[in-house]
Amino acid sequence: MTQIDMKPELQPRRVTGPDGIEFDVEPLRDYYCPELPKVEPPAYLRIVEDLFNWARAESLWILGFGTGCGAIEMRPLMTPRFDAYRYGIQWRATPRQANLFVISGYLSVKTLKRVIRSYEQMQNPKYVVGLGSCTINGGMYWDSYNTIKRLDDYLPVDVYIAGCMPRPESLLAGFEELKRLIRQGKCEGGNLYAENFDWYKANQKRVIHDWDMPDYNW
Amino acid sequence: MALLTPDRSQYPALKPDGTLDIDLSSGKYLKLWQGPQHPGITGNMSVELTVCGDEVVEGKTHVGYLHRGFEKLMERRTFIQCFPIVCRICVPEPDFNEYCFAAAIEELAGLEVPERAHWIRTLILEMGRINSYLMYLGGQAGSLGLGVIGQWATYARDVMLDRFEELTGGRIYHMFILPGGVRDGLPEGFASRMEATLRELETVMADIYDTMFCNAVFKRRTVGNGVIDRAWIDPYGVTGPNARAAGVAKDLRKDKPYLVYPQLDFEPIIGTDSDMYTRADVRRRDVLLSIDLIRQLFAKMPTQGAVMAEIPNVLHWTIPPGETYICGECSRGEYGYYLVTDGSGYPRRVNVRGPSYTHAMALLERMIVNANIADVAALMVSLHTYPPEIER
Amino acid sequence: MRDLYDRLSALFPLGTFTEQRPDLAFISLEPAQLRSVLLHLRDREGFTHLVLLTAVDWLEDGQFQLTYLLANRARACDLGLRVRIDRDPASMDSIHDLWPTAATYQRELREMFGIDFPDSPRLQDDFILEGWQEIPPYRRDFDTLRYARETFNERPGRVSLDPATHMRDQPLTPSGR
Repeated sequence: MTQIDMKPELQPRRVTGPDGIEFDVEPLRDYYCPELPKVEPPAYLRIVEDLFNWARAESLWILGFGTGCGAIEMRPLMTPRFDAYRYGIQWRATPRQANLFVISGYLSVKTLKRVIRSYEQMQNPKYVVGLGSCTINGGMYWDSYNTIKRLDDYLPVDVYIAGCMPRPESLLAGFEELKRLIRQGKCEGGNLYAENFDWYKANQKRVIHDWDMPDYNW
Repeated sequence: MALLTPDRSQYPALKPDGTLDIDLSSGKYLKLWQGPQHPGITGNMSVELTVCGDEVVEGKTHVGYLHRGFEKLMERRTFIQCFPIVCRICVPEPDFNEYCFAAAIEELAGLEVPERAHWIRTLILEMGRINSYLMYLGGQAGSLGLGVIGQWATYARDVMLDRFEELTGGRIYHMFILPGGVRDGLPEGFASRMEATLRELETVMADIYDTMFCNAVFKRRTVGNGVIDRAWIDPYGVTGPNARAAGVAKDLRKDKPYLVYPQLDFEPIIGTDSDMYTRADVRRRDVLLSIDLIRQLFAKMPTQGAVMAEIPNVLHWTIPPGETYICGECSRGEYGYYLVTDGSGYPRRVNVRGPSYTHAMALLERMIVNANIADVAALMVSLHTYPPEIER
Repeated sequence: MRDLYDRLSALFPLGTFTEQRPDLAFISLEPAQLRSVLLHLRDREGFTHLVLLTAVDWLEDGQFQLTYLLANRARACDLGLRVRIDRDPASMDSIHDLWPTAATYQRELREMFGIDFPDSPRLQDDFILEGWQEIPPYRRDFDTLRYARETFNERPGRVSLDPATHMRDQPLTPSGR
């Protein structure tokens, strides 16, 4: 665990409650689990796993975290004109309830840190869709000092949707493609992340210079 | 400046250096982060709240999640190469960036823009303003639990985006305004289809008025809440609808007319109460004003003539040394570009002055003191801030 | 705007005056004069709105130019004050007590240009960047492309062409230059 001057609210301290009882607070131990991610084995029977995958594909719950300008085209998807809900896609407010993370556009280094935390809090199986050219190779911001160029260096990505910015129709097509891949059992992002955890962490720490959180926080 | 010191009589004492004496281990205060991953946040930003009970004692805005370094990137791009990226500074209303940057280049390069291009530019800016306000209305209602307004407003915005698509070829980013004019004239029959769109918008706006502005819950939570004192307007650099709702008729379309606004007949929309309800109402009436302005534009617009001036070969375009500032009234307030050239083919320095810069930082931090936690999201939306123009 | 300059120059030693448009002018002045001129403009001349505060890096002169742009709504005009300060070490008086919103601009200038404003509130807090270790990025001697290449992995297959040389061989060039 590497820690660079932790924020005061993360440091262990003794707290007096409103009713006068004193107790210790150690945020890193209380709020985070020291366990590292584990690979989840598939079900014992192929047909059961296929059934699970079918169920997973039909209920994609997107984390409502607009990381970039692509978030503006997510809004029309929620409304009757494009209506992503008819495909079993809906938006959730917290990472615990979501299984699909749409990285909507460029990621600055500061957002990347928050994205990693949100991603690690999501339950397995979980999927990542990179939206827009800037997640693929930097796009417009190929020479910017503050945006990452390849999203798959930092998180396992299942589907990329190209365009700047992609239209709602191409988002729908991308989600359909993701469903197809899930049904075929090819979206093992969460397991990939657990298997290559050290590689992903090394990449993440190479760009995030002030890493003041545990390595794996879920 | 005594007025700007918030009332904290029952809250933490001030330390000798002027900062608040907040002892987190006392158990009285709780530090709470709202955002960046939070549904009640405007764009990708966060507010670090220190709360006592359910009242906010101190709030600090944190931005920079959307920083791409535009001002640096533009220094290493030629003037024409800047155009694909300037519009990406502000997603909901990209055209204002194109207009301000194009006008700054035209002024320093001494280009004369054809008359008809001015009219088309004004048309695009007004269309973009409607889009931006519709985003706001959806967000403001959504932050107070009226989800259906978001659906209607997004539908109305989609209808307007169709017109944008027809005119420019793009839904969100248009890159239609270039130095010297605009890319093209209006398509055949555009005026009549626009008229149909405006009628549709008027219906939706009437529905929004009935459902949102007459809603008892909405009124209870917004009337008298989140007041911007008139005395804060100059010290905090408040512009646009936020200032107009306080009764200050700050509207650059009237104060410093640009494009064809002198030839249009309108009065700035102002309110009196300066609370969240008035700010929402000023913006609602501003949509109706923009609809009226678009009708006037179509009635008075010349239909013939050039839309693009002769410009030099853009690959070898150098602009003589100079500096200028171009501003205009976007949906949030004063949007401006400060451009410095040094005689080379690249801008020496571009600085974008977004209205959210002052609204979301100093003003918001001042306003959320003593607010209820549940009102913070609505308060932020009511300032109509877009984080990308703070950090670029 | 000329009459305003004449009134001001009777009171303060001022530098050059540039009238860019009838409603926009720039005045150069010494850093020591800035505060009194700002106060005079705000309280006596009606320039009550601080539009922006930004810096321009004149690397070849070894100087930063700070631009304070003020607006007078009643007269519908903008006035820019240009102040040149040394590039290294860069330091300037804070004006956050004249306009509270200036503190935000000064935080940005501290982070992006490395200009120090003593006594400005929360100056040392991170504003936009987080954990930045290089020289401030908006300085001219910071090479963003080199930094991006060193820090981030590029996806192979991307081709960057210089438009001027590339387009010269294309038949589309209007004048063939």
